[in-house]
Amino acid sequence: MTPALDPRDRGGPGQPLVSVRGLVKHFPIKKGLGRARAVVQAVDGIDFDILKGETLGVVGESGCGKSTTARLLMGLIPHDRGDLLFDGEAIGGRDLPLRDFRRQAQMVFQDSYSSLNPRMTIEASISFGPRVHGTPARRAIEEARALLARVGLEPARFAGRYPHELSGGQRQRVNIARALALNPRLVVLDEAVSALDKSVEAQVLNLLLDLKEEFGLTYLFISHDLNVVRFICDRVAVMYLGRVVEIGPAEAVLGAPAHPYTAALLASMPSLDPDRRTEEPPLAGDPPNPIDPPSGCRFHPRCAWGEPVCAKEDPALADIGPHHAVACLARQPGAAHSRAPLLEREAA
Amino acid sequence: MSPETEPLVKVENLAVAFRGGVRAVDGVDLTVRRGEVVALIGESGSGKSVTLRAIMRLNPERTSRVEGRIRVAGQDVMALPKRALADFRGRTVAMIFQEPLLALDPVYTLGRQIAEAVRRHEGVSEAEARARALAMFERVRIPSPERRLDAYPHEMSGGMRQRAMIALALACRPQLLLADEPTTALDATVQIQILLLLRELQRELGLSAIFVTHDLGAAVEVADRIAVMYAGRIVEEGSARQVVLSPQHPYTVGLLKSRADGALAKGARLVTIPGSPPDLARRPPGCAFAPRCPLADEACRRDPPVVSPAPGHRAACWRVPGADAAEPAQRADAA
Repeated sequence: MTPALDPRDRGGPGQPLVSVRGLVKHFPIKKGLGRARAVVQAVDGIDFDILKGETLGVVGESGCGKSTTARLLMGLIPHDRGDLLFDGEAIGGRDLPLRDFRRQAQMVFQDSYSSLNPRMTIEASISFGPRVHGTPARRAIEEARALLARVGLEPARFAGRYPHELSGGQRQRVNIARALALNPRLVVLDEAVSALDKSVEAQVLNLLLDLKEEFGLTYLFISHDLNVVRFICDRVAVMYLGRVVEIGPAEAVLGAPAHPYTAALLASMPSLDPDRRTEEPPLAGDPPNPIDPPSGCRFHPRCAWGEPVCAKEDPALADIGPHHAVACLARQPGAAHSRAPLLEREAA
Repeated sequence: MSPETEPLVKVENLAVAFRGGVRAVDGVDLTVRRGEVVALIGESGSGKSVTLRAIMRLNPERTSRVEGRIRVAGQDVMALPKRALADFRGRTVAMIFQEPLLALDPVYTLGRQIAEAVRRHEGVSEAEARARALAMFERVRIPSPERRLDAYPHEMSGGMRQRAMIALALACRPQLLLADEPTTALDATVQIQILLLLRELQRELGLSAIFVTHDLGAAVEVADRIAVMYAGRIVEEGSARQVVLSPQHPYTVGLLKSRADGALAKGARLVTIPGSPPDLARRPPGCAFAPRCPLADEACRRDPPVVSPAPGHRAACWRVPGADAAEPAQRADAA
C-alpha cells in the first residue's frame, strides 16, 4: 500500500501530510506567591511540513519544544496561534473533526509503562481504540492478535498478559501495535526508543522501518539521539528554545550542518574513538530557560559566531540549498553579520 | 606488595544476591590501579550498579547477601565496623549519582551540605569548611560560586546541580570516585561538558574512578579501561582501545555492531542481538549469553574460560581463539 493509493488520501502525493504554519504555544506560570505571571514560550512560531511517506526527525535539547510540538499536532493540548493542516484540512475543523483525525494519527510515548493501562491485558489495550471507533469486539481482538504477531510478540503467550509482566522492549512493541490498530497514516514517535537498552533499541528501530514500508506510514520521530535520527529519518528539523533553527535532508543537516547550534550538537556526541577523544566542550553552560529567552537570535549568548547584530535581529528560516533552510544571520545573504554571504547582485 | 604498587581497588569473586534468589552479581573480579579510570558498561539488570554500590556497601543489608572480597586503599570493606565505614564513605570513597536532585538534601543550601561533610571528616572550623566549599565550586567551574553556595538544589539547572554534586563528592579529597550514570539524564551539550570536567579533575587530583554507564561513547571519553558486564558477570575487560577497536566477546561485538550511525545506507537494517537478557533468578547454565549468541555451541553450556588475547585484555568465552587451551571455569586474575 503506497500513500497514493490510500482511499483517505486527499491532495495526492505532492501535498504534505502535515503542514504546520506559525504554530505558537505559550504556557503561563505563576511566579512565586504573587500574581505576577511569566510565560514559558514552549513553541514560538514554527513552520514545517511532513511529506507523505517520509520520516521527519525533530532533535533538540530539553525545553526546545519538540515534545510540545508533538502534543499540539496530536491535539492533546490546544495551540494558541497558527495553523495545523492534515492532508490539506484543518485539524479539528469542519472537514476534519478531531475524532476523525485521531483515527489517522497515533502516538507512541517514551515511557512504555505509564502509557498502558495497568489493569488491561495487552490484547484489551490494543483492541480498545478500534472498539471505541466501532469495530465489533471479536474482530478487534482478532486484529489485535495479528498485530501482536506482527510486532514480534507471540499472541498465545502475550495477549492475556498485563503490562507489568513484560520487559520495557516488549511493552514498547505493544504500544506500537496499539498505535497501528487504527490503521493510522501518521505515527508520532516521541522518544519512543530512548528508554530502551541499546540491543533492544536496535530491534525496535528495525521493526519501525519494516512497519513503515508494510503499512505505508509517515513518521514524526522525536529524539535526542543524533545517531538514531540519522539512521531512521529522511529529513531533520533542529529546534532550539521554541524555534526551528535548521531543517532539511538528514544527510545535509547532520552531514554538513549550517546552523552553529546543529554543529555544536553534533560535536557534543561522544567520539567512540579512544584515539580521538573530545578535547573541548563545543558549548558552555546549560540551555537557557524558555521563560525568558534571549533577544534576537535565541542562540546568540552561547554561539561561537555571536555578534552584536545577533542580539538585535531575529533571523527567519531561509533557504540555503535544495530543501535546506536555516535561521542564522551568518548564513543570510546581505545580513549585517560579518560572515554573511553577499547578496547575489552585490557579488556580481 | 608495597602500598604504592598495590591496586587501589581489588574486588574478588564478588556475588550479590537479593531476596527472591536474584543473583544480580555473580562472580565479579575487578582491579583499579591508582589514578586509573575504569568504566563498567552494560544494559539494565547487568549488575553494574549493584557492583558499584557493593564497593561502598550501599546495598541494603537486610535484603541482600554479599559474598567475596573487596579491598579499597588497604581496607577490607566487607569487614569494616559501622564507625569505620562512616569514615570510609566520603573520605576514602565518594559517589556521584545520575539524579542530583535525589542525592542532594533539598532543605539545606549546597554550601552547608559541603561544609558539613568537610567538618564531619576533617574536624575543621566552620569558616575553613566554607572556604573549602567555595574552592570546590570554583574548581568545578560553577559561575558566581560565592552566590551559588547559598542556593538550594532546586534553584539550579541540571548541569549546575551535577557540578555541585561533584564538588560535594570531591570536597573531602577521596582517593576513589564512584560514578553511577552521572551524565545520563543530561542534555547532549551539557553531558560532554560534565564528562570532560570529570576527566580533568580525575587527572589533576590523581583520582581513581569507576564509572558506570550504559553508553559506550561516554565510557570511551573518560575511561582508561572498560569492563563489559552481562547477566552479573564481566564478560570482557581491556583498555578502551582494545574493547572498542578489537572486541573479543560476541556480546561486545554485537553491542558495537547494533549501534545506529550515519555510515549506514538509507533503508538498511541494523545488525541486532536477538532476544533479551536472561532472568537472573533463572540464569542459564554455562555462558549466560549463549541463548542469544550467534556463535554458541555445545561447549557454551559449561562456564566459559577466561582467555587473554593480549596483555591486559580478557574475555570469558569459549569461542575466543585460545579458549580450548585455557583453564576452564577459572576466573584469572586481571593481568
